[in-house]
Amino acid sequence: MPAVYIVADNILSPIGDTTAGNFAQIKKGISGIKKHHNKALSDEPVYISFFEEGKNKIFGINKLDSVLIASIKDALGNSGIAAADKKTILIISSTKGNIDLLEKNSDDTQLADNIAMYTTAKVVAGHFGFVNKPLVVSNACISGIMAILTGMRLIQSGFYENAVVAGADVITKFVLSGFQSFQAISDEPCKPFDANRTGITLGEGAATMILSSNPEYAGNIQVLGGAVSNDANHISAPSRTGEELSQAINKTLTMSGFTADDIDFISAHGTATSYNDEMEAKAITLSGLNKTPSNSLKGYYGHTLGAAGLIESIISVQSLKENVIIPTLGFENIGVTNPINVCTTLTETTLKTCLKTASGFGGCNASVIFSR
Amino acid sequence: MNINNYINSYCTINHNVVYKNEVPVFENRGVDPAAFLLSAYQHFELNYPKFYKMDSLSKLGWLAAEVLLKNTNIKDYLPEDVGLILANANSSLDSDQKYIKSVSDVPSPALFVYTLPNIMIGEICIRNNFKGEDAFFIFENFDAGFTELYVNNLLSNNILETCICGWVDLLGDQYKAVLFLVEKIERDHSIPFNKKNLDGIFDNLVIDKK
Repeated sequence: MPAVYIVADNILSPIGDTTAGNFAQIKKGISGIKKHHNKALSDEPVYISFFEEGKNKIFGINKLDSVLIASIKDALGNSGIAAADKKTILIISSTKGNIDLLEKNSDDTQLADNIAMYTTAKVVAGHFGFVNKPLVVSNACISGIMAILTGMRLIQSGFYENAVVAGADVITKFVLSGFQSFQAISDEPCKPFDANRTGITLGEGAATMILSSNPEYAGNIQVLGGAVSNDANHISAPSRTGEELSQAINKTLTMSGFTADDIDFISAHGTATSYNDEMEAKAITLSGLNKTPSNSLKGYYGHTLGAAGLIESIISVQSLKENVIIPTLGFENIGVTNPINVCTTLTETTLKTCLKTASGFGGCNASVIFSR
Repeated sequence: MNINNYINSYCTINHNVVYKNEVPVFENRGVDPAAFLLSAYQHFELNYPKFYKMDSLSKLGWLAAEVLLKNTNIKDYLPEDVGLILANANSSLDSDQKYIKSVSDVPSPALFVYTLPNIMIGEICIRNNFKGEDAFFIFENFDAGFTELYVNNLLSNNILETCICGWVDLLGDQYKAVLFLVEKIERDHSIPFNKKNLDGIFDNLVIDKK
């Protein structure tokens, strides 16, 4: 099977418009999370990582489509990958797409078509002139990693040479009220894996990772392998044992030809809910990775849902390039039964290989390994 | 690569009729989807109380999986070797519309949890203890070519030993579910797993069994 190289990437978030810009900000400990008083989103003030006004007007279309296009445009930039190449496929990851249209025009007869994520995919593909039909992955909070794995597999099996993998979600009253109804929203910026964590902080953003098997990119960081599993336990609560996420991690290690000792750091999901972080720490321990430095980036970005797997993977890849592990903003004291090695300071050290994990509603788990 | 995988069972639920391997096994004309799905559940005597709290999309997919898997060898597989690759056009919009109506009053967590299309996959996994790879894709129309390519890849690389794949879409009064059980093993009445046969079954055409 051909190797899959990371050619270019972009993060478009409230703290920066490029990967480099985002990485510089988080190295300084800057977070996008602020207290917002926005009646259109929530009656009560709420901590979120939210785009400033204007981002939704970049291309004069829906906010989601707009940030997706802006992110892909920057990543494609000087990548050398052509959207119109018949060997290139576009893969989009989102959990809720343009669901805010439902809040605005609930009686529109064209509503279903306008909201549908295949419509977003068509708009974005049309903008850049992609010739192949785009794919849309919508698998809860693992969507971003799944989209990367889908791109990896389509390239490994030889169906395409290049994949432009882009993800986005925006904060809407729909999503915010839903997490509030679950009592899952923290009343302060989220504190992943901390003893005093009180839940999720939501964020919005878009990100793009361009993959290719073209030997011209040999020497770039590779996507080595990945796996997905299901808890088969509960539709909204994670596994009690962490065994299923651990299985996905173990499969990913085997597929990549690695053991736990080869992993230099873990970019965990770390949503800062009591149950997620507890389950994740169990899984990391079961896979023999409890001594490996781990971080969660939710303290900088909040939980960006369908974009999270991509944003956090791209930051992790940047960590490999710059040999620096990002600390877990918001974390102070370990608050999970199985203590894992949560990274708390900006750590400069030689890095080769990183494991990224995520879990989501529906009992799904995903993991992927990036390595130079 | 010589790929030989087989459709060993298939189920269609559409226009108030349930078909198993092209044979109608239940019909109840003239009722809405909610009433139809409940009547099918009762007809097959499935006795699974969690069914009642599912949203309509999950009920549709879950019922199709029950009919699909009956009298198959699915229990022979390890939990991590069984996966689901499903798709639809309208994601969870049917439940999204119900949830947004609750928001102006008291947002309902019981409705919100069903506002993701892969929750249906979770319900099928919980019922059957399936722990392998799952994925949910959104397409305007059923894409047999992609289904063939993606599932063959998962089976050829031993990521899965068997895969339930297909289409489950529901919005208002419109719905269609077509599920396929794909195995590496050829059995009596196996149908080659390929785009042509997937399309044939999806469109209810006479299929090529060679």
